[in-house]
Amino acid sequence: MNLDFEKNMPEIEAKIAELTKQKTTDPNAKVEDQLTDLQKQLESLKKEVYSSLTPWQTVQVARHPNRPLLRDYIAGICGEFIELHGDRYFGDDQGIIGGFATIEDRHVMIIGHQKGKTLEENVKTNFGMATPDGYRKALRLMKLAEKFKIPIVSFIDTPGAYPGADAEARGQAEAIARNLTEMSQIEVPIIVIVTGEGGSGGALGIGVGDVILMLSNSVYSVISPEGCASILWRDGSKAPEAAEALKVTADSLSKLGIIDEIIPEPLGGAHRDYEGTLRVVKQALLKHLNILRRVSERKLVERRFEKYCRIGRFKRR
Amino acid sequence: MGWFRKKEKPPEVVVAKEDLWTICPSCKAHVYKDEWDKNFCVCPQCNFHDKITFQERLDILIDPGTFREINEEVTTADPLEFKDDKGSYAEKAESTKAKTNMKEAVVTGRGKIHGIRVVISVMDFRFLGGSLASGTGEKILLASEYALRHAYPYIVVSASGGARMHEGIISLMQMAKTCAGIARLKKGGIPYISILTDPTTGGVSASFATMGDINIAEPKALIGFAGRRVIEETIKQKLPDDFQTAEYVLEHGFIDQIVNRKEMKNFLYKVLRYWKAK
Repeated sequence: MNLDFEKNMPEIEAKIAELTKQKTTDPNAKVEDQLTDLQKQLESLKKEVYSSLTPWQTVQVARHPNRPLLRDYIAGICGEFIELHGDRYFGDDQGIIGGFATIEDRHVMIIGHQKGKTLEENVKTNFGMATPDGYRKALRLMKLAEKFKIPIVSFIDTPGAYPGADAEARGQAEAIARNLTEMSQIEVPIIVIVTGEGGSGGALGIGVGDVILMLSNSVYSVISPEGCASILWRDGSKAPEAAEALKVTADSLSKLGIIDEIIPEPLGGAHRDYEGTLRVVKQALLKHLNILRRVSERKLVERRFEKYCRIGRFKRR
Repeated sequence: MGWFRKKEKPPEVVVAKEDLWTICPSCKAHVYKDEWDKNFCVCPQCNFHDKITFQERLDILIDPGTFREINEEVTTADPLEFKDDKGSYAEKAESTKAKTNMKEAVVTGRGKIHGIRVVISVMDFRFLGGSLASGTGEKILLASEYALRHAYPYIVVSASGGARMHEGIISLMQMAKTCAGIARLKKGGIPYISILTDPTTGGVSASFATMGDINIAEPKALIGFAGRRVIEETIKQKLPDDFQTAEYVLEHGFIDQIVNRKEMKNFLYKVLRYWKAK
């Protein structure tokens, strides 16, 4: 998928790929100068475009189908992953997955939204829109982490909770509410990282934690910009305006004090550089795992409560 | 009502009609206004429980003269400096405050139910659709902390379309904030009763409203997470009329009972006696 604001970036990248291939098949090909030149062009174009993304452009980057997904992060970051299935009530949602994992020498519980890259995968995962079964599976795994006294890492990347009739019938609202309630009291560290789309209650349903991290081109919002535009502007095409007004970017949310840290993506976005993205995510997770390791169980819960108590801007008069 | 002032309508006719009749929003029956009010704004034809103000709710539930408001000074700020094409949130909030004589979408305080002390939060749909935002979340949390400190049962009456968009992510986070308070009640052994009224949807249904030790709904109240239109667009099917009603969520196991408005106070009392019995 091409993003129009990336201008001729994809063409330059294609040309670079082509010349590089030419170079490997024919070592005598005189492409060196041209390659250097194109790479320079690409770098300056990336800098130009990615240093001044509008909120709406950031939403599009956050939703880019080539961004790393949870299974990519697990494959690249974790030495081991033992997937655990099912909510024990109804089924095994594929929109939220999880299991035991190691990150270097640390044992953790990973939970998170899983989107798909192909249509087939997206049918299976519901485009990362979890059902109540997904939220209940996540809670089961978090309780298990608590029992094993290992920290929880939660990856957020969803357009929102699945708005289906069956999801309502099985209590989408109750499932999310239950997680919010229980997560506030879980006695092991919870690190939350928004890697793509933080879509409303569907994101928050596994998003209560001790530290909230966001990749620099990810977004987090109370409602999709399109949804907000169609309600408040009565025109879904005003989504760019709504994205601006809702303050959905990592930068805005950091200024508002909602998130704790922005993890800078490689220039040009996570969809261009998996290796670079996985590296910074891994570093950030290890850093916070080490910080939180030193906090007692009681202190963790106390601090988490205080963290959420502080969120809100109101007046007294 | 906007149409009321339209010039082409002869004022005297409209005034008479307005004064005498209420039209049920659900079944469209014409009911004498007197009868409607005496019946707690419940339609005598179809038993639809219409929205009522926080004051009417308190009058119905709380012993006369026992209600003491807490944190009444909490009111909206405008953290995002939010503007849409109809104007700013700040202006909208100010006009709502003037119109409703409220400072936020919820009123909190302590009072008695047939002599039993309780802490109660009552949402009012007139205030920006009863939406959950900074001030609302703060008041609901502070009330639950008050209940915890004094070991009084906590009651929340919900009436809300969900999180308030104008405060963006801060509104979303109020779901976590209010639920953190409910979790502490649970840990502290304090009963929490949630009353879901028309409508209780979105971020409010997905936070404190469905977390009661006992969840009670008023008849025919709209209760659900996602909007009907969004669901119909997603599944490409028309939903049945009773979808996301109190009756529907009762059948699916998410509430304990549907209780008529005029019996609500007695019902609460009966349940609270079991707490007192220990």
